[in-house]
Parts: sequence; C-alpha cells; structure tokens
Amino acid sequence: MKRLMLGNEAVARGAYEAGVLVVSSYPGTPSTEITESIAKYDEIYSEWAPNEKVALEVAIGASFGGARAMSCMKHVGLNVASDPLYTASYTGVGGGLVVCVADDQGMHSSQNEQDSRLIAISAKVPMLEPSDSAECKDYVKKAFDLSEKYDTPILIRLSTRVSHSQSLVDECEREEKNLREYVKDTAKNVMMPAMAMKRHHYVEKRLEDMRTLAEDCEFNTVEKKSKKIGVISAGIAYQYAKEVFPDASFLKLGMINPLPSKLIKDFAAGVEKVYVIEELEPVIENHCKILGIEVSGKDILPNIGEFNVAQIRKAVFGEDAFSYKIGEEPPIRPPVMCAGCPHRGTFYVLKKLGLIVSGDIGCYTLGALAPLASMDTCVCMGASIGMAHGMEKARGSEFSKKVVSVIGDSTFLHSGITGLIDVVYNKGRGTVIILDNSITGMTGHQDNPATGFTIKGEPTKSVDLVKLCHAVGVDRVRVADPFDLEGFEKVVKEEISADEPSVIIAKRPCALLKTAFRGAALRINNNCKSCKICMKLGCPAISVVDGKVRIDPTQCTGCELCVRVCRFNAIGGDDDAK
Amino acid sequence: MQSNIMIVGVGGQGTLLASRILGDVATQLGCDVKVSEVHGMSQRGGSVVTYVKYGDKVYSPVIAEGEADIILAFEQLEAYRYLRYLKKGGMMLINSQKINPMPVITGAAEYPQDIIDKIKNTSAEIIPIDALSLAIEAGNAKAVNVVLIGLLASRTEIDKGIWESALVSCVPPKFLEVNKKAFEIGYNKGMALK
Repeated sequence: MKRLMLGNEAVARGAYEAGVLVVSSYPGTPSTEITESIAKYDEIYSEWAPNEKVALEVAIGASFGGARAMSCMKHVGLNVASDPLYTASYTGVGGGLVVCVADDQGMHSSQNEQDSRLIAISAKVPMLEPSDSAECKDYVKKAFDLSEKYDTPILIRLSTRVSHSQSLVDECEREEKNLREYVKDTAKNVMMPAMAMKRHHYVEKRLEDMRTLAEDCEFNTVEKKSKKIGVISAGIAYQYAKEVFPDASFLKLGMINPLPSKLIKDFAAGVEKVYVIEELEPVIENHCKILGIEVSGKDILPNIGEFNVAQIRKAVFGEDAFSYKIGEEPPIRPPVMCAGCPHRGTFYVLKKLGLIVSGDIGCYTLGALAPLASMDTCVCMGASIGMAHGMEKARGSEFSKKVVSVIGDSTFLHSGITGLIDVVYNKGRGTVIILDNSITGMTGHQDNPATGFTIKGEPTKSVDLVKLCHAVGVDRVRVADPFDLEGFEKVVKEEISADEPSVIIAKRPCALLKTAFRGAALRINNNCKSCKICMKLGCPAISVVDGKVRIDPTQCTGCELCVRVCRFNAIGGDDDAK
Repeated sequence: MQSNIMIVGVGGQGTLLASRILGDVATQLGCDVKVSEVHGMSQRGGSVVTYVKYGDKVYSPVIAEGEADIILAFEQLEAYRYLRYLKKGGMMLINSQKINPMPVITGAAEYPQDIIDKIKNTSAEIIPIDALSLAIEAGNAKAVNVVLIGLLASRTEIDKGIWESALVSCVPPKFLEVNKKAFEIGYNKGMALK
C-alpha cells in the first residue's frame, strides 16, 4: 500500500527500514520533521541535541560504537556541524553514518541561501540528492549500505520543496542490523597528524572508487527521448525540468558528489543541445565545463532563489505564462509575532527605551519588522551576545549601556552560552536578555535542554538558566515577566546601567503552547479615542476597520498587553464601540 | 489528465489540514499525488500557499503560474495575490473574510477594495462564501478550513463518501464531530449555490 508522506517523513522511514539505532539532531526548517518522525519509532533511540555539532558527534560516536546512526539539520546547521563532518570523512565509520542536510532555496525560513553541495565537495563526502518522497526513503536506505561498503559518512541533500512536499511511498519492513563489533583502532579513529595523513590518502582513494561507482549506479539514470535537447538535472530541479521539457532526453543525477564524467560526456554527445537545470550554484554546470562540454545553465537562469516551471519555460523558450491581472501588486503579508506572543512585551519595552538590540535566530527575529522594528542585527545562531560584546569593545562601555542582546532559550543553549562566557571572561559589561518561552518556537515546538522533557516527551532534568548564568560568572541575573511592561522596563533600565555583565530572563511561555494563558477575547469600548497607541504593539488581532480600532475575536488571546498601553481605559468590558 | 488545486490563506487559518484532506482524497482515487506545504516562518501569520496536484504522473509538486484549475482562498487579499496562478476560465472559491496584513495595520499600505467584484469581472468562475459565519454555525470558528473543503467537495466530481473518509483519517478524533458538521454545512452551501 502506498502512503502519502512528506519527504522528511520518508527520510525517517528509510532510516527505520535500514535498521538505524541512533538519531541525534537539532531542529531547523526545513529539516525538523525528519527527527520528529524518527521519534515515533520505538526501535530507534532519538534525541534533540543542544546544537548540530553535538548532534553529529553523537551520531559519529554511535557509528564508531557499531550502530547505524543518522544526524539531520538545515543547511546553516551543517556549518555548525562541519568541524566533526570534515574529520569524520577521514575516520570513516563503524556502523553506517548518514547526515541529512536540508537546503532552503528561496529562503522560506533562513538567513542565507548556501548550497550544501559545496560542503560535500570540500569535505570529500559522497552526497545523494532525492527528488521526491519515494526517492528520499530509497536513497537513505541505500546510503547506509554505501556508507558501510565505502567506509564513509554519506550526505543526503534535501531542499524545502522535497522535504515539505508529500508524495507516495511504499512502506517495507525494518531490517534489524546487529551492532558491528567494537574494535579499538587508533590508526583509524584517533586523528592525530601522523594517522590523519594516512587517512587523507585513504579519502582520496575512496573518492576515486566512488567516481567509478558514479559512472554506473542506480542513482544516475538516463532517459532517452528526443536527440534535440538533453537535460542534466538533479533533485527538485529535475521535477520542474520534466514539466518544461516533456520530450527531451534526461540525465538525472541522484549522486551529486562525486559526479560522473564519462556518463555525462556520453549523454552530451548523443544530443544536439544540453541544458543543465540546477538551483543555486553551478556545480553540475562547472563540472561539464571542466569536461569541455558546452552547456546552457546559469547563462539563462539565476543562482539566486528557487526555480519554478514558468520561469524555466520563459528562460528557455521565451514563453510567457497566462495570468489574470486585476490591478497593482497587492500589499505583502510578512509573518508576524502571534497574538499573545510573549516577545511582544519585550520588544515594546526595548523600542520605548530606544536601545540598540543585537538579535538572534528564532520567532523573535520578527521583532526587526514594523511596527516594533526594534532589532538591529541578526547574523546566525548564538551571534547576538558575541556581537554586542564586539560593539562594546569597539565603541566603549558608555555606548554599550545603550546595547542589549536578545536570544531565545533554545538558541542560548545552542551557542549563546559560549558568547556569555566570553563577555564574563573578557571583562565585558553587556546585558543579555534570554527570551525564555519554554520551547523551541519557530521550528514548531520542539523540546530542548531547558524544557524538562526529551524528544519522546519523557521528563528529564532541565537546565536551570539562572544557575547556569551564575556559574559562568554573571552575578546579576534577574527573572522578569515581559507582559509586566512597567516592571520589565525597570529591570532593563537597572541592568543596562550596571557596570558588570547582567542577564535578564524574560520568562513567559509561547502563546501557542497548550499551557499558555488564554483568556476571553478583548473588546474596544466607547472610551476609545482612536489614538492607536495599541497598534504600536504590532498585534495581528488589532486593526482599524471602517475608521475604528477593532480586536479580532478569533485571534485575540486576552493577553491584555494592549490594556496596559491604553491611556483611556478603552479596552475590556462588554461595550463594543459603536 | 491532471488536477491542480491551490489552497491559499494566512498562516494559522488551517490551510495545512485542508491540503492534507485533499491529498488523502486524491490518494483514495488511486492517483499519483503531490502536495507541497509551507512550514516554518510563514506559518506565523504570513501568506501561505499549498499546492495539491494529482493525476496519472505528477512531477513538480508546485503549480506553475496560470495552471491552477481551482484556487481555494481562505482570505480575500490572498485570493488577489494568487489569482495569477489560476488558469484561463479556472474556478476561484473565496472565503469573504478579510485579515489585515501588518503593512495595512501600520498604515504603510491599504487593503485593496472590491476584490471579489474585480475577480468577478474576469472570465474566471468565482464562488464567494462567508465561511467564518458558517464555521461558527458549525460550532467552532476554527473550522473555516473544513467548511471550505466542504465547498470544494461540492464542486468536484469526486464521491462525497471519499471526502468523508478523508476527514476521518486526517482530523483528530476529538475534533471530528464539529468538523463533520462544518464539512456538511460547506457542502450544502456549495450545492445550494449551483
């Protein structure tokens, strides 16, 4: 029986069927649902690690321990995990080791658009790229066999459209794999210079062997049709190209690193014109050019953003798609902090105080958008604290009294804690606000080391953020409620003026959690003077309808933040404004 | 033969469940199916779109501009935004609800006027309904998505029983009763408008 599955669910199913025993990951869109799906299989140990580096190290350890193991992350997560990845390429594996990396072409939910294929090339790790859910399952299963056969980690490259599209998958039984025997092997598993040099020779030989495999393997397939046009493509771009070129011959590449040479040459020789259709960087195209094959690719299609069928048709055939038009471009609808979001109180206060806010990655990054518009920077996970410290060292401690860093609980544990240690150790005086909403919010509510629950919902020890900050040497640690606007403002003022490092833990659960406060929807009463100060909160439930301020009862959570900013006692009660 | 259906709306309106129900229906028909969803940042009140394609063989999970047979719009502005994906003479099912986006709330932009009338003036077939009121009538304002699925069901050739069994597989048991009612109300509304 075929079942409709997300690409991410199919990856999990493939790992399950391949007999995987250990999976450690850190959530990140679009990769999160892989590990969430894994957690539903009782036969597999799974966990959320504090960050991707730890996650991959756990998977490498499990592999050395003889188990089939996997680690999953988004593209920028692989940057964090690249340190262990590059050297795991040298050590090779015990049990099969697969690393899934989900790129985000089009940046639906990311801070950059990097192409992970380039990491596979530079880490000299073989990479497979499925183009739908059935291939996700199939490739992951086969990746474990390849990993053990060639003694290498294998990267699986996904993308938003593969990870987050459902298509039909055949389910098979799980094949249990016995643990491989644990063998102490320092020449292979202890990467000191002398041993690592020998392993580097092994890595180069392995790549040669994989190149031979790439010439004739089930992942790279030729579909012979018209000789006029030949298309070389991979992953989701292949699916788009199949619609654009229904009659063309295709070379579909499922193995992205290393790329075959003879197979490509032979394919190109059999057609009049070759198109390479690939999103982001011209990886396949450059390989063709090195082989001396004339192809068309980035000369007509961009290396920015995701592709679509209409765009490729236009670029290749100059055809415009039909479309109805009824006027100007409509106003955009950017994402917003939810009604009842605890971050709203924090950013309202920071804006009121006119502070420079060194920001971080999470739902709260939305604090950079109007009308709160109170975040100044956002670079990568955990960067907020180190960057605020850098501003202080560049511009002096008086300037730094106008600067705070804000970071979520999960992000703080991911890589903010090291920044805080730097501030303390190097005599900074920065103020860090940890937005503790009791969950990893943006990626859809995953537990983390501070929530007190494991990925399977079992109770566990939780990191005590107050004690942790004290332990690294921060003496001034305060806990404050961001919905108590007056109290919160007072705490922020006191801490930014102190001449030593300080941490404020802004504590209130995510509004979408079942445990979050939810009151009756509020209403605007007859006292409203339309001053619109409540609209400065940027709450999606408050808006002007027919010239009057209105609260949308389907969105309002009754958080009463608007009641606190209103000067005319115009919110609450039963009298809806006439 | 291939059917291309888009579901567009605002993050939080339940478009994901609607697309899963539709995906389940297509699977029951024995078709090849692809459903492209939106997860992550856009779900936080942003513009969201899901694509459902089914037929003999489906390649791209995303529907190209000008190729949607039906667009099920959960909100007027989103109907406007995605109209360009509708094929010539395609059908637009619109919930008449309006949700102001943040640029309108802050005064940086205006909510376009007379969207439904403007779409009516094209050659597209358009069916507007007040799905929010119908959802409240069913017993839960959150059931807007299933009211609209009911409306969609009334406009396809697919047997009603298939839709009902998709509802059972996709909706959590404790919400099934209210959603069955919402589906029925949406379906009957669609039949009455024929």
